[in-house]
Amino acid sequence: MDLIISILQRTMVAGTPLLLGTIGEIITERSGILNLGIEGMMALGAIIGFSVTYITKNPTLGLIAAILSGGILSLLHAFVSITIRGIQTLSGLAIAMIGIGLAGMLGKSYIGAPLSVRFSEVAIPGLSKIPFIGPILFNRDPLFYIGIILAVVSWFILFKTRWGIIIRSVGENPKASDALGINVSLVRYLSTFIGGCFAGFAGAYLTLAYMPSWIEGMTGGRGWIVIALTIFAQWDPLRAILGAYLFGGVDVLQYILQPLGIPVPILKMTPYFVTIIVLIITAREVMRKHLGAPKSLGEPFIKGEK
Amino acid sequence: MELDNIEFKSLELKDIYKEFPGVVANNKISLKINAGEIHALLGENGAGKTTLMNIIYGIYQPDDGEIFINGRKVFIDSPRTAMNYGIGMVHQHFMLVENHSVAENVALGLNRTKFLNPTEDIAKEIERYSNEIGLHVNPDAKIWQLSAGEQQRVEILKALMRGAKLLILDEPTSVLTPQEATELFKTVKKLVANGHSVIFITHKLEEVYELGGIVTVLRQGKVIGTTTTKDATKEELAKMMVGREIIFNLEKEKVEPGEVVVKVENIDVLSDKGIKAVKNLSFEIRKGEILGIAGVSGNGQKELVEALTGLRRVEKGKVIINNKEIQNRGAREIGEMGVAHIPEERIKYGIVPNFPVYENAVLRDYYKEPFSNRGFLNYKTIKDFTIKLVKDFSIATPSIETKTKLLSGGNIQKLILARETTTKSNFIVAAHPTYGLDIAATEYIRKLLLKKRKEGSAILLVSEDLEEILQLSDRVAVMFMGEFMGIVDPKKVSIEEIGLMMAGSLRKQEENNAHLN
Repeated sequence: MDLIISILQRTMVAGTPLLLGTIGEIITERSGILNLGIEGMMALGAIIGFSVTYITKNPTLGLIAAILSGGILSLLHAFVSITIRGIQTLSGLAIAMIGIGLAGMLGKSYIGAPLSVRFSEVAIPGLSKIPFIGPILFNRDPLFYIGIILAVVSWFILFKTRWGIIIRSVGENPKASDALGINVSLVRYLSTFIGGCFAGFAGAYLTLAYMPSWIEGMTGGRGWIVIALTIFAQWDPLRAILGAYLFGGVDVLQYILQPLGIPVPILKMTPYFVTIIVLIITAREVMRKHLGAPKSLGEPFIKGEK
Repeated sequence: MELDNIEFKSLELKDIYKEFPGVVANNKISLKINAGEIHALLGENGAGKTTLMNIIYGIYQPDDGEIFINGRKVFIDSPRTAMNYGIGMVHQHFMLVENHSVAENVALGLNRTKFLNPTEDIAKEIERYSNEIGLHVNPDAKIWQLSAGEQQRVEILKALMRGAKLLILDEPTSVLTPQEATELFKTVKKLVANGHSVIFITHKLEEVYELGGIVTVLRQGKVIGTTTTKDATKEELAKMMVGREIIFNLEKEKVEPGEVVVKVENIDVLSDKGIKAVKNLSFEIRKGEILGIAGVSGNGQKELVEALTGLRRVEKGKVIINNKEIQNRGAREIGEMGVAHIPEERIKYGIVPNFPVYENAVLRDYYKEPFSNRGFLNYKTIKDFTIKLVKDFSIATPSIETKTKLLSGGNIQKLILARETTTKSNFIVAAHPTYGLDIAATEYIRKLLLKKRKEGSAILLVSEDLEEILQLSDRVAVMFMGEFMGIVDPKKVSIEEIGLMMAGSLRKQEENNAHLN
């Protein structure tokens, strides 16, 4: 029983950065911009969060800096995709490389340095005492709770508010939105920026809550899984909660299966292998229900073109 | 801002000039529209009607000229500005978010939309408007679930709820069944009775007379004249529009149908979404016969054409052409068995736009002798062949080296027809062959199809232009939801009957039993 609780606790921790990244990518993609640079923005967020906290001894400051760093890096992608209408796939991949490289460079002197402060667990009075569920769900770090709240809030904004109609319409049919006086570029810039902020947040979670230290390659491909999770979630933040913690579980599974003698490289492949399987299953479902991606995803919008 | 009390008295255009790379779309156009009038804007495709309307609506800016509203000079720099002046536009291709509900589409960009639960009040307002003007539509329905007529109502509602007093309708009947078009005319008249003004863009003369009122004719970017339906006859307007007399009836010779060339037996075809788009369909086409397929687009015509030409899987049933089963063979193989394909969306599927004319001319047969020899292309032969095609089919092109995308739509279509029909084929699948072409090119292409019919080809003609279908076809099949509502004789059927069949509310047995033998 204790083992199961411990596995599920670790699942929650492993799933949170995935959830944060996925919410951000959902918002970005809902506006029609495909940003494949999550891995880079996460890496940058991780090191900025770490270094600012290391210097100021204030994890909240570190978190804010990390969020902004992700957002700022995403603006480069927004500029290429929206203003000069470049190829979004390439720009996104470049953002990933830039972020990873930048993080590696900035982090050189911090390798192995211990972080004295971090976001530690906060037990929610009453709820944390519930057997089984309490220690898993209600004795977590504050960022975990914020992640879940943000998922719900994002869902609400996307599907229940005027802003949501605007963001989704711009992603589906920018021409129609433009004809009604919506500033398509502005909406896309903001959505991309918010997506970048979430990726920075996800990165900071790794260094400020998950494992309070810095090593190179810390993000470990989570940014790529986020891209797949966005599809799995069918661009719905509530479904993202399910997907993220499912993958968190797969992540934890590696460590549990390791003592059984399965070679480590094979185990390391598991999340990516599961990603492929999930994508195949989702693709079929998406086709059947004809939900699918925002119609104009990845396509630049050119105002006034014939 | 509450827009319901915008005042609109008049709109005046003075010497509007607009140039696109290579074409003058609007050449010093002047026009005046007063409150409470229906103003038809008549002209062929490419006459500059839509460009002019996009200028009024703020999507394009004119290179020169002035716009006055209620006598005051204005600059309309965006659709939003146009809306603030009380101008609304319904585009030919609807500007709707297909995956969203009607209410969400109306709420988008509307100032009075609330932040929370934005569609709640809007839905109520839609219902109120619906009842007042007779524009019935369910606010909660998703756009993709609606018929073209209903989608158009959503567009009109969108404009009206933004306070539009002057409504621009761009070729509004092109996507409607005859009955839906009649409904639309009623709505337009009701709106005008309520004090709205309507600019009605069209290239169909009948519609101008149906609406009555003022009509301005555009040709090649210029105003040819403004008159009223009382003062001008149909023939006079037609002449103004085309610049010459046009023949309203094509010469169609009697051809006795020969043996069966195409036999389709109980085929099922799926759409991209995996839904059955063609359901258990069977028909035959004989030598020297044109089978026309009428219907509102999206009822399986596209899937049927693709199945016959090898571009889409046939799930069930047989397609027999020249006594050979061809279903689910490759497009090249089917082509070699005598099937010529004039695809819809000619630029996307008919040519490689960036290739020169001579390469597109052999797109079908480039791999065969004499164009190809042991893997090498024989450019001399290809070019000679192209020069002959260009001459035989009077394709207007600066040279055969010109990039094909630079040709006009009519000449691109002629090139495709030339390529597809000069090879040995006796079954022509023509999808929307004259869509978007000017009258001269349309006439040419229709004549060519009739010539091929006389020479013994079996032809399947898919078109949304009912007049074209009725003129060219020997038999007309009306397609609705993947089925034929019947195959009728174009000489005996009435437009009303076809309309009802297109809407799926009338099913007819084929009268001529000879085809069942």
